[in-house]
Amino acid sequence: MPALRFMLNGEWRSEERASPTMSVLDYLRTVARLTGTKEGCAEGDCGACTIAVACPDKDQHAYQAVNSCLMMVGQLDGLSVMTVEGLARGDGGLHPVQQALVDTDATQCGFCTPGFVMSMFAFHQAGERITETAVHEALAGNLCRCTGYRPIIEACRRLAGLPPFVQPLAKEDAERLAVSPDEPVGFTAPRSLGALASALAARPQAWLLGGGTDLGLLVSKERQSPTDVISTARVPELKNIAVTADALELGGAVTYSAALPHLDDLFPAFGALVRRIGSRQIRNLGTIAGNLATASPIGDTLPCLIALEARVVLRRTTGARHMSVEDFITGYRKTALAPGEFIETICIPRLAGRQRFFAYKLSKRFDQDISAVIAAFRIAISGGKVASLRAVYGGVAPTPARAKALEMVLTGHPWNSEALAAIDAALARDLSPIGDHRASASYRLDAAANLVRRLHADSSGDEPSVRLEAL
Amino acid sequence: MNTAPLARTRRGAHAAVSHDSAMGHVTGRAIYLDDMAVPPNTLHAALVLSGHAHARIRRIDLTRARRAPGVVAAVTAADIPGKNDIAPILTGEPALAEEVVEYVGHPVAAIAAETMDQARAAAALVEIDYEVLPAVLTVDEALEKGHLVAPEQKMVRGDVDAALKRAPRRMSGELRCGGQDHFYLEGQIALALPGEDRSMQVYSSTQHPTEVQHGVAHLLGLPFSAVTVDVRRMGGAFGGKESQATIIAGIAALLAWHAHRPVKLRLARDHDMEVTGKRHGFLFRYDVGYDENGRILALDMVLAANAGNIADLSPPVVTRALCHADNCYFIPDIRLRGLACKTNTVSNTAFRGFGGPQGMFAIEAIVDILARRLKLPLETVRRRNYYGIDRDNVTPYGMTVEDNIIHRVVDELESSVDLPRWRRDIDDFNRTSAVVKKGLATVPVKFGISFNLPTLNQAGALVHVYTDGSVLLNHGGTEMGQGLFIKVAQVVAEAFHIDVSQVRVSATSTGKVPNTSATAASSGSDLNGMAALHAAEQIKARMAEVAAARYEVPAAEIIFKDGRVFAGNDSMSFGELAHACWRQRVSLSAAGFYRTPKIHWDAKTCTGRPFFYFTYGAAAAEVAIDTLTGELRVLRAELLQDCGRSLNPAIDLGQIEGAFVQGMGWLTMEELWWDDKGRLRTHGPSTYKIPGSRDVPPIFNARILADSPNREATIFRSKAVGEPPLMLALSVWLAIRDAIASIADHRIVPELDAPATPERILAAVNQLRRAAS
Repeated sequence: MPALRFMLNGEWRSEERASPTMSVLDYLRTVARLTGTKEGCAEGDCGACTIAVACPDKDQHAYQAVNSCLMMVGQLDGLSVMTVEGLARGDGGLHPVQQALVDTDATQCGFCTPGFVMSMFAFHQAGERITETAVHEALAGNLCRCTGYRPIIEACRRLAGLPPFVQPLAKEDAERLAVSPDEPVGFTAPRSLGALASALAARPQAWLLGGGTDLGLLVSKERQSPTDVISTARVPELKNIAVTADALELGGAVTYSAALPHLDDLFPAFGALVRRIGSRQIRNLGTIAGNLATASPIGDTLPCLIALEARVVLRRTTGARHMSVEDFITGYRKTALAPGEFIETICIPRLAGRQRFFAYKLSKRFDQDISAVIAAFRIAISGGKVASLRAVYGGVAPTPARAKALEMVLTGHPWNSEALAAIDAALARDLSPIGDHRASASYRLDAAANLVRRLHADSSGDEPSVRLEAL
Repeated sequence: MNTAPLARTRRGAHAAVSHDSAMGHVTGRAIYLDDMAVPPNTLHAALVLSGHAHARIRRIDLTRARRAPGVVAAVTAADIPGKNDIAPILTGEPALAEEVVEYVGHPVAAIAAETMDQARAAAALVEIDYEVLPAVLTVDEALEKGHLVAPEQKMVRGDVDAALKRAPRRMSGELRCGGQDHFYLEGQIALALPGEDRSMQVYSSTQHPTEVQHGVAHLLGLPFSAVTVDVRRMGGAFGGKESQATIIAGIAALLAWHAHRPVKLRLARDHDMEVTGKRHGFLFRYDVGYDENGRILALDMVLAANAGNIADLSPPVVTRALCHADNCYFIPDIRLRGLACKTNTVSNTAFRGFGGPQGMFAIEAIVDILARRLKLPLETVRRRNYYGIDRDNVTPYGMTVEDNIIHRVVDELESSVDLPRWRRDIDDFNRTSAVVKKGLATVPVKFGISFNLPTLNQAGALVHVYTDGSVLLNHGGTEMGQGLFIKVAQVVAEAFHIDVSQVRVSATSTGKVPNTSATAASSGSDLNGMAALHAAEQIKARMAEVAAARYEVPAAEIIFKDGRVFAGNDSMSFGELAHACWRQRVSLSAAGFYRTPKIHWDAKTCTGRPFFYFTYGAAAAEVAIDTLTGELRVLRAELLQDCGRSLNPAIDLGQIEGAFVQGMGWLTMEELWWDDKGRLRTHGPSTYKIPGSRDVPPIFNARILADSPNREATIFRSKAVGEPPLMLALSVWLAIRDAIASIADHRIVPELDAPATPERILAAVNQLRRAAS
């Protein structure tokens, strides 16, 4: 019988009984009977189900926090998994993260606590410098309704300077994990581009799974039991990140987290925006190609990719084709992907000449919220005039919307306050927002226009706007 | 018995002891209901919910559901052997809808199956034929049509009409605040195990085990004695598991009754938010008379709560709103009308503050508006209206404010933060910042402690001392994270003068302490602490007799100190004395009881002394808004809270900070949004946003008021703390108004309701810009 093999809290586990498409959270609680990991929402938003996973082919210290509710058991194959039960020392003493939370009175009802423990464990294990920003970034995927967070933040500060506590994987364990085991029935994780293309060609109806932060909901919340899942996560070519003279090239299985340092480097506004997508748990699993393939009007990367004139390489057994991201999105949650086809690479051209890139996101909560409005601008100013502009909005139409009327009224004109007088009328032509629980149509339209005013302040050179985050 | 103990190293009352479950929390070993090992034949349940806001049920067909794989029981209201009524106060509130459904999410049927997935799948197969009826979805419409779930409540003093006419200035207007989902991290859950001889054991995540007991007994037609309800801990509750837990436990018990097997019902988050009630949103219509100095002379106000489809706890929520619409202010002539409006939405319920925050929201908004109209500092206007010490000290409901320390609290807060300088810094910033504007505001809070209904202010406890000197404590209060168990354990440790580690607290059970009130109204430690003390004192007196006989001294000379018992220079350990008592055949177990003194309430006239005492607090908050987008950031909050002589400063500080952030969520980002079909579209954390760590002000200082023992003889002179600090968050909402007003140089009063989402803030900014130009 083919089995999944992974390490759970330092012990080898070979799993034959559990369905590989069961959620990891359900597996932990009902099969492994590890009930420290909690279900708070089953939609990857509360963090009570947070666990940490390490991949042996990466830095072996680097446990990453993930939402166990959004993962399928098949995704654990070859990983080292840590849950709250695995942290306390053999002698019964607490892990420094646990001790810090006790010392700061950071637990009240305690239901969210194991999730916080695991997020903080991964944060601490990675040896990140402990700043306010880093702490909030590490905690953004965990909700606490009791404490008001102050003592939890304080507990994070107390981790500064403490060495990582959990030993990296032993070499032999890492090697054993890396060995390709038999694939369980119903969950395929091809190990090469060709194998992926063949699998998809043979079974075009299978679920094509990236990080699973969207598809995982169908299992976790909708309680669907897919019988055929093909995962992109183990295809080495799809993990590639290339920085060339012309572009940043991201493989189809590159996670937000993996892409972030490069985005920060080349398109800092894109990086800042990606930090507001989901939470660290989500970004550690979710892929940029997945965000793109979902083709949601509120997918945060889409306006950015379109504004940056990104292109995609789509592959299937018969070969590859290229197209712009703008053409790739064909409708509400619709793409140009043909059956058996997948995103091999996303190619984001570097900024040329005087081009600059700005991206803004509006939501009720700063972190981990779905955008009411998202705006991405690639603008070049020359001689006080708008030499070129690509303006793309999300959340204001059934698909990410290129604001062509806006581009037209601004391009070639002086970039001054008179230019701003025309933007409201132009955007009213470009955008067709609806009103829903995130915001009314009129707010979306007002805010979309005001984001051009913010762009003006940020790009016209005289006085960049003060941002709330900076206060 | 109520003298304050001395400071010492032993961990008794007033020590900052950690939560008793802290180690269990961080290791994941603390057992919540869903973590309990269940009997192998346990079934799992799912609910069938109404998709209509208002409809008549023509027919329910369970045939397909019953045939589905794994299904063991499927029930509707027709399958209830007893009475289909789980109303906490009134009657006629069904557990499963009968004849009509009255909101989207109304439970109509329930399924028990071998697995949760089977139960959920079968629930989708239940066929219900509805005749859709017109629905009332807003409080405005209910108000217009006079749809109420309970009679109007009226609180009147003086001749408000004449006083309004006489007043030099007068203004009227309308205000709104939204509701709030509790968003406890542990969703609603219950496990029901049928016992022998027509009995039912229920494990319920409930703040009110006795009400669950009654609800289950009613549904099954059993005497109360046949139903036992246990709860060890909840993963948060905040009022959301006061009456709402009974729905879940009742349905689980009904299924267990029919299946003759244990049944667990755990709601998925979406269902939890759709099925169960929330904080009441309110609409306020006010007419206020005042003078040039800002003195309020008369107030006529309607407080209309969106009660949802049934009364549940709405009548007392409205009462508490009326009782807090004065906050700290003496209003000579006043008429408050409280209306619990019936709408076809989920029935709203208790939530931390229980109407108090909404009442206070209204008066603080009114004071802010009139101060802005008069161009007077808000703090000045407030001072002119505070309750006096010897005069102007009677509330609209006729209770004399005897313990007024609001002047001291506000003074201490303002001087500790150097308010004038802070104000100057804000003004300086705003002069040079075009887009981002800052705001600053303070708020005073006075909150009445006791259940408004005097009957509920009672509690029981059961204390056992074992022959090794270890102590087992049980009381009627429930642990939802607020630290009640450790606080009451500290009380018992104090009584016996032993370390708190010698006191173990056991799960709350209706089988141990009967006829309890909900752990609610901030009263948990006040009531249960006193009951536990009463029990411990009885045992201690018996133990002292035994020690006195042994050492041949009068019992009065026996001293319990630091885990030992002394008679002059002779002593033995507490455990040795316990063992000696057993040998002497002296009982080491006692039941304690407490009822709050002095309180009375006439619900007809809305007068009396409903509260044993008041607790006080004050806060100051600084915010910044982006006037292009309406985005908000809270930059600083300074809180000062009266806890009397705090029973446990570490626990109390946690309550203060947590309540403030929760209140901030209510007033800023937490928005309940229903569509035009009456469907709640914000029913999970992906759509309903509670504050995250980054939303906590980077400068956040909470302090407990020093040297402030309760004037009343509460447990070791402490004060309740659960709810009052939530209202300190009104400072944030007022600061947002201040930031908006700065756009027009504070000449125009902003129009802002709550929650102050980016959208509402931007709308208020635009309104001000239009008015200014």
